[in-house]
Amino acid sequence: MTRLFVILAAVVAVLFVASLVVGPAQIGVGQSLRALVAGGDGPVTLVMREIRLPRAVLALLIGGSLGLAGAAMQGYLRNPLADPGLIGVSGSAAFGAVLAIQTGLAAAFAFGLPLAALAGALVGVLLVLLLAGPGGSSLTLILAGIAISALAGALTSLVLNLSPNPFAANEIVFWMMGSLADRSMVHVWIALPLIVLGALMLATLSRGLDALTLGEDAAEAMGVGLRRMRLTLIFGTAAVVGASTAVAGAIGFVGLVVPHLLRPFVGARPGRLLWASALGGAAMLLAADIAVRMILPERDLKLGVVTALIGAPLFLHLIYRTRRDGL
Amino acid sequence: MTLLTLTDFGVARGKRDILRGINLTVGPRELVGIIGPNGAGKTTLMRAALGLIDRTGHSSVAALTPRARGRAVAWMPQSREIAWPVAVETLVMLGRTPHLGAGQRPSNADLAAVARAMRRMDLDAFRGRTATRLSGGEQARVLIARALAQETPLLMADEPIAGLDPAHQLATMQSFADLTHEGHSVIVSLHDLGLAARYCTRLIVLDKGGIAADGPPLDVLTEGLVRRVFGIRAYLARTPDGLVFQPLEVVA
Repeated sequence: MTRLFVILAAVVAVLFVASLVVGPAQIGVGQSLRALVAGGDGPVTLVMREIRLPRAVLALLIGGSLGLAGAAMQGYLRNPLADPGLIGVSGSAAFGAVLAIQTGLAAAFAFGLPLAALAGALVGVLLVLLLAGPGGSSLTLILAGIAISALAGALTSLVLNLSPNPFAANEIVFWMMGSLADRSMVHVWIALPLIVLGALMLATLSRGLDALTLGEDAAEAMGVGLRRMRLTLIFGTAAVVGASTAVAGAIGFVGLVVPHLLRPFVGARPGRLLWASALGGAAMLLAADIAVRMILPERDLKLGVVTALIGAPLFLHLIYRTRRDGL
Repeated sequence: MTLLTLTDFGVARGKRDILRGINLTVGPRELVGIIGPNGAGKTTLMRAALGLIDRTGHSSVAALTPRARGRAVAWMPQSREIAWPVAVETLVMLGRTPHLGAGQRPSNADLAAVARAMRRMDLDAFRGRTATRLSGGEQARVLIARALAQETPLLMADEPIAGLDPAHQLATMQSFADLTHEGHSVIVSLHDLGLAARYCTRLIVLDKGGIAADGPPLDVLTEGLVRRVFGIRAYLARTPDGLVFQPLEVVA
């Protein structure tokens, strides 16, 4: 187990450094890292500290968030096809962001967009809780999440449909594809507290998720508080996924595929899968964000498009394998 | 010392009483069989006694804190759920959950409890096997071992032997009997009245939401009760090999 941790942590560290040294400004590896650490007044320091560092940090945080939330959601629902977006947080956060773009709030006020997205995520999660109740079954949670996701998606389409401004519509479509380009340290400071808080909440679920392997009845009889777990899961996921969507847009498939890929390496234990998926998600998003910059540097390829292009075939493969195992 | 007390206990769903007026006490060294026709409320009684569903009246177990309850009673539900392809030993170790603090690793005592439970259920050869790839009967034994690993004074199991082969049905009932000799108590629901008569020290017959009879098997399984509650005629005899109960035919 510790070997897996070391390997994943090393991969994340290498990709993090790689993410720092890849970019349109052709700066040498040594020079860029020196400028990042030592500082100075030159343009290299500016590029490193204001452009590349926030981008790499956000890829780390958001990838970790999505992996962690995906593992927690799959563990709680005991369903390998669950995804952190299932409870409607990403859909409602995206709707909040879309409203901010459409109304001009995003243009008028630099942090209008992420804050509106966070507000959307909060409203979405409260509606899901209202619909599903604090102590209901996992099925009601899934259904409530689907309903809220559908509603948020319909409202987003409505805004696009009625948008009198083609530029705003264009901006909305591109924003929804998900990207880490042109983010600043302020985005990091908006997302970081919520992601840390949410991750700490999700980390407490470890033992309860293990016990849930035996089903809700057996877990509860062993002293696992299911109501509290459910609230922790919902609010923890809302915090990490809401914050991630608010600064980066909708990035799919990381939370779905990464836990699935890593499950065999942790002996299928849902508790251990939490941290493994967090590291794996960070690695996947860092790699995808490097790929975005390497493949088509001048065309602004969107990160969410790349994760979906990587994730969907992997997912198909996993479905095929699941079918073959008859599981 | 009593392990479970139910006083004026009942369960209502909507306006319908599923169970009412249940009074019973289970002490140490008892192997209690809960029998009754389908829909008599066997599962409901056990889940309500544990405090897993809404109930009326008093249950000494449901009144405990969740953690204390996990150390007092092990519960094996009827649905044999194993959600993830974990190793057998990992699954049995889950039974130690109520004994571990947050973030605490299993101690040698926990490992020893797991080893004892696996040996009791004849699972030593299965340690590293993936639990979800085992047959239904093997999975049932793994789940019984999980409940045994909890090492609680009281074990409650809902139809634990359904679907096991005859040898493992007998072995499982025997290991429950062994537990009672070591001072524990076991409450099992089961449909096999022959095994119930043979191994249980006490039978509680549930019928129409109440207790129809409660006592030693020989006193409970009378011709009249078996006919009234189960609608069957049966052969019951005390033999040198113990009680023999064999259902013979359905009576109108």
